[in-house]
This record gives sequence, C-alpha cells and structure tokens, in this order.
Amino acid sequence: MASLLPVIILCPLLVSVILILTGGRLSARPTTLLVGAGMGLCALLSIYVSCNFLAGPVSDGAIHTTLWNWISVDNFSAQVGLTLDRLSVVMLLVVSCVGFLILIYACAYMYDDKDIGRFFAYMTLFVASMLLLVLASDLTVLFVGWEGVGLCSYLLIGFWYHERPNALAARKAFVVTRIGDALFLLGLFVFATAAGTLDIPSLILAAPGLPHHLLTLGMFFLLGGAMAKSAQVPLQTWLPDAMAGPTPVSALIHAATMVTAGVYLLARLHDALLLTPAVMHVCAVVGFVTILLAAGSALVQTDIKRILAYSTMSQLGYMYLAIGCGAWHGAIFHLVTHAFFKALLFMTAGTIILRLHHEQDIFRMGGLRQRMPGVFAAFLIGSAALAGLPLVTAGYFSKEMILQDAFNVAPLYWAGALLGAFMTSIYIFRCVFIVFWGGTRTHDHGRTGLAMALPMSVLAVLSIAGGWMQIPDAIYPVHLFSNLLRPVLGPIAEEHGSALLIIGSIVPLIGVTMAWFLWRPKNQAPQPAGGVLIETLRADWGFDAVYNAAVSRPYEIVARINQSDFIDRFYGLVGLMVYSLGWLFAKFQNGQVRRYACWVAAATVVALYLAV
Amino acid sequence: MNASDPNLGLIIAAFLFSIGLFGVMVRRNLLFMLLSTEVMLNAVALAFISAGNKWHQADGQIMFIMIIAYAAAEASVGLAIVLRLHAAGHATLDADSCNRLKG
Repeated sequence: MASLLPVIILCPLLVSVILILTGGRLSARPTTLLVGAGMGLCALLSIYVSCNFLAGPVSDGAIHTTLWNWISVDNFSAQVGLTLDRLSVVMLLVVSCVGFLILIYACAYMYDDKDIGRFFAYMTLFVASMLLLVLASDLTVLFVGWEGVGLCSYLLIGFWYHERPNALAARKAFVVTRIGDALFLLGLFVFATAAGTLDIPSLILAAPGLPHHLLTLGMFFLLGGAMAKSAQVPLQTWLPDAMAGPTPVSALIHAATMVTAGVYLLARLHDALLLTPAVMHVCAVVGFVTILLAAGSALVQTDIKRILAYSTMSQLGYMYLAIGCGAWHGAIFHLVTHAFFKALLFMTAGTIILRLHHEQDIFRMGGLRQRMPGVFAAFLIGSAALAGLPLVTAGYFSKEMILQDAFNVAPLYWAGALLGAFMTSIYIFRCVFIVFWGGTRTHDHGRTGLAMALPMSVLAVLSIAGGWMQIPDAIYPVHLFSNLLRPVLGPIAEEHGSALLIIGSIVPLIGVTMAWFLWRPKNQAPQPAGGVLIETLRADWGFDAVYNAAVSRPYEIVARINQSDFIDRFYGLVGLMVYSLGWLFAKFQNGQVRRYACWVAAATVVALYLAV
Repeated sequence: MNASDPNLGLIIAAFLFSIGLFGVMVRRNLLFMLLSTEVMLNAVALAFISAGNKWHQADGQIMFIMIIAYAAAEASVGLAIVLRLHAAGHATLDADSCNRLKG
C-alpha cells in the first residue's frame, strides 16, 4: 500500500505535464475530461489508501516509503520519502477531495477561457505540490512542495496577466511569501547543522538534545516561514491582493489548502514546538492580532472576494492561536471545517460574480435571494458555518474547541477570539444582507450548471455535517476527530463545562442580529461608509502604505542611485577596452590583398629573426 | 665559387624570392601578382633542390615535385578567380578594387 503514495502525487502531476506539453492545443472538452479523470483517480486513491491505513491496527503509527537517496554529504543526508500518518491522512483527504470538488467547479467556471489548458496545468501542478508537501517525510522534500505551491500561487494570481494590477498582485504575493521562504530555509539550515538530519521523525527525536537557543532560533525561523504562507500579521498584505486570480484559485489555494500549509507544518512539528515556549507564545500573539485586525478590515470591505480574503486571514489566525495554545486538535479541526465552508463561500461568490458579469462590489448587488435561491442557500450555509452559528454548523464546533483551549492558556486570548467571532458574524452577515436582500441593482444572466452546483452542494453538506465529527461532552460526547488524531497529537484538553459553551453560542447570534439591524433592507440602497478611519481599515490598517514608505520606496531610491555605481563602471571599462581592441584589429582587415602580403612578409621576417 | 657550389643555388633562390615578394607587394595588376607568386614558388623549389644537393638528401627533390603540383593548383585557382571577376563584369584587374570582403 505504501507504493501507492507516489502514485497519488503522480496523477495530478502527469495531467499537468500533459497539459504543459500540449501547450494549449487541447480544446476545453478534452482538457476538462483529463483533469476530471486525473483528479478523480487521485481522490479515489487517497480515499482507498486512507481507509486501508485507518483500518489497520492503531499502533501502526505510519506507513513510509523511501523513493531514493537525494543528498548524502559528510554528516548530513536527506532521503526522498513519503510518510502517511494520521495527521497527513487528514490533510491528504482535504487536499485531494476538496481539491477534486474545486477542480470540477473550475472546469465549468473556466470553460470559456481561451487559456484553459494553462490554467489547469498550473492547478494540477499545485495539487501535486501540495500533496508532496503533505506527504513529505523529510523537511527538504517538504520544502520542494512548499516552493511548488508558492510558484503555482504566483502563476495563478497573475493568470490574467494582461491586466497590470493582476501581474502586480502576483509579484507582491511572490515577494512577500519569499520573505517567509527565506526564513524557512534559514530554519532548515539551523536544524541541518545542529541535528544533522531534516527527517521529521528523527528531528523530533533529536530535538530535546539540541542546544536550547538553536532549537528556539530554528523554530522561530520555521514559524516565520509558516506565517508568510498563511498570511499572518505582519506578512499578511499579499492575501487580499491575491484575489486578482480566478475565483476557483482563491477557493483552492487562498482558502482551503496552501494557506493552511503553515498550520500543518507547525502541527507536524508540535513536539519540537512544545520545547520552545517562547515560539508558541509568539505564535499565539500573532494569531490573536491577526484575528482582530483581519476581522476589522473585513467589516468595511466592499468587494465580496476581499471580504472572504480577510475572513480567511482571520480564521487562519484562529488556527495560529490554537497552535500557540497547544490546541493541536482544535487547529487541525478548524483547518478541515474551514476548508469546507471557505471553499463553499468562494465557490458561491464565484457563481454570483459570473452571473452578474464580473461584478464584485457588494453594494451593486442586491435582492439575489429570489433570483438565485440555490446559490443563496449555499452562501447562507457557508456564512453560518463561518460565523459559527451554534449546533447546526461545522464552524461552531471547531471554533468552540479553540476557544476552550485558549481559555485554558489565557482568558485574554479567549476574550479576543470571542470578539473576533462576534466581528466575524457581523461582517459575513453584512455581506449576506446586502447581497441577497433589498432591491435588484444589477441584472443577472444564465443559469448555474450542474458541474458548479454539485460540488457546492457536497461542500454545503460537509459545512453542516462536518462538525459532528467532534462534539463537546456538554452537548453530546462525540470524539471521532480527536480519537483519529490522538496517536499523533496526544489527548485533548479537559473541557470547562457549559458556561463557556453557552457564551460562545450566544455571541454569534447577537452578531447576526446586530447585522440585521444595521444592514436590513431599507428604503434607499445601502452605501459604503466613509471617513478616514474606515478608509484606513479598508486599506488593511495602512500596512501597505507603511511598507511602501519604509521598504519599497527606499529600496527603489537606493537602486536608482546604485544604477551607475563604481563596480559597474569598472566592468564598463573592460567592455570598452575589448571594443576598441576589436576596432583596431578590424582596421587591418581592409580587403587589400597586397597589404596582407606585406604583413605576412613582415611578420615572417620578425619570426625568423626571433627564431635565429 | 663554382657552378656546383650549393650555396650559390640558395643565394639565387633568396634573390628570386625577394623579387617575387616585391612584385606581390608593389604590383596592382592581378595577373602580375600571380606571376610574382609563381616566381616565389619557384624560388622556394630551387631552395629545396639546392639544400638537398648540399646535404645529399633526396627529400629536396620530392619537395620540388610537390611544389610544382602546388604551383599548378595555385595558378588554376588564381586564373579562375581572374576569369570570374571578368565574367562578373569587373572592368579592371586592379587588386585594390576587389576589396569588398574588408572588415
């Protein structure tokens, strides 16, 4: 069964290679068929392997396959190997199954685009890289997947590169995540020199024996890498701009999978993380700050995709807070449910955008409740799950789990996360009430086909029922999810009884009610709020402006000054010398054969004189 | 210095070579330049014969035959170029005017 692991990665990779080699000569129909077949096979294989693995004995920790020996120098070696344990099973299923659903949706969404081949080549390459990242047993291999998803994210954000803002957004995402990748690489160097191995199980075994300052430093670097990938403060500025890409890209990469890679990495290294309380503390604070900042920005956005982007950041903040509090189960559970409902929200948003002729401003939508009842139901389910409405949504259970653990560590974290949940319910239902209630402001066209409706319905069901895998004891003891992960992540923390649970259940309801009173249908159409404070919030709390002034502008100025620097001049001189020598010798080549004879004779005389 | 003195042959060869070289350098007419080249070749051939005679080696005579063959080849190629120039409508045999290959 271990030999099937590389095949799971090869399926999407092969599709990608075929699509790249045909170079867009395939028309839409064979392309979508190929993608559907490849991804379907990938998802089926993942399910088969996962079921087989989970049906095995519990003590059977992981299945492992080593493909080849990659690096072997003095006292460091790295092997290309794949591992499936209970943590990667969860991620594998999320990536391949949610990925499959989103790609099916994308087949319909992108059907009329003339670059559909290029689009799916990047998308399938992304899935292959993400699977490699998830299954890697060695941090060096994980880094290959890490860079692969970053590259595909860049390519897909700038997919419609003919428009300048899209290309700029892609570049911004690339540069900002590159900062994190550099930190990640530094972390790898620290561990490679300190521990002599980057194999994850060996590294975790070796971690207690490492010098404490090196371990802390290395974990800080890895945290930095994870933060950039997951768009956490202060490296979050790329994610809202990343919405320039096609909407299925936002659903797959910037909501469900890639941005959660950082959370997965930290959960995978949680044993080492436990040894470095300082790193955990920073991680929790980063998550805490991100929850509140991103929720604040989401409150005032006017673009439906940007609202969802900020909410993604905010929800990732919950996962970081959970990691920082040692609530590994909560983090991974929220990762899974978030993948369900955020992919659903992006897909419904994409459907709305498509049917309203690429209109993304929520203040120009309205009254869509009657005209798109199915889309309305799906968006409502996604929003309810995001807001964490009690009992009936997946988001409720995962968020409650995090809130409980945050309370264990520090009540301040709990209060902040609760405030974040309150803001979440306000901003997402603001969006719901403005988009679906009130009068019609833009006319829609067309119908939503089956290929788009089916994945949305599956995800809608999962957004509701996905949470019932793990229900607190106070309601009804179900612990499927934590039992699944217990061999890897250990037991879950004790619960606090029902008081916290009740508060956590009431807060989102208050938020929804407040949103109703603020944005319920009125006589005149709703207008976006104005003012200096609101504009600052809308522009991501001024992070972009500060980075522009503090980093980009000085860099450009230095680059301009340095344009004709001394070293350049030196090399320019060398060039000039070569050029003038060439000019001199060209003068000899004057085409007069008698001169040539003269030179030959003179040179012969000189040679003879020197020889004799 | 008698007629069989091999040094005499070498001196004459040097003298002939200088005449040929001088001819190539100062004449502009292509035909005369070819003639001068022939003179140089024959000077070299004479030098080989004389040297072979001086050191009693047969190699000099072998080289002589080879140089005769070279001279024939050179003359045919050179004359062919002259004929092509004429056929291409080149009015003069001035070598300096055939410099379109200059750098």
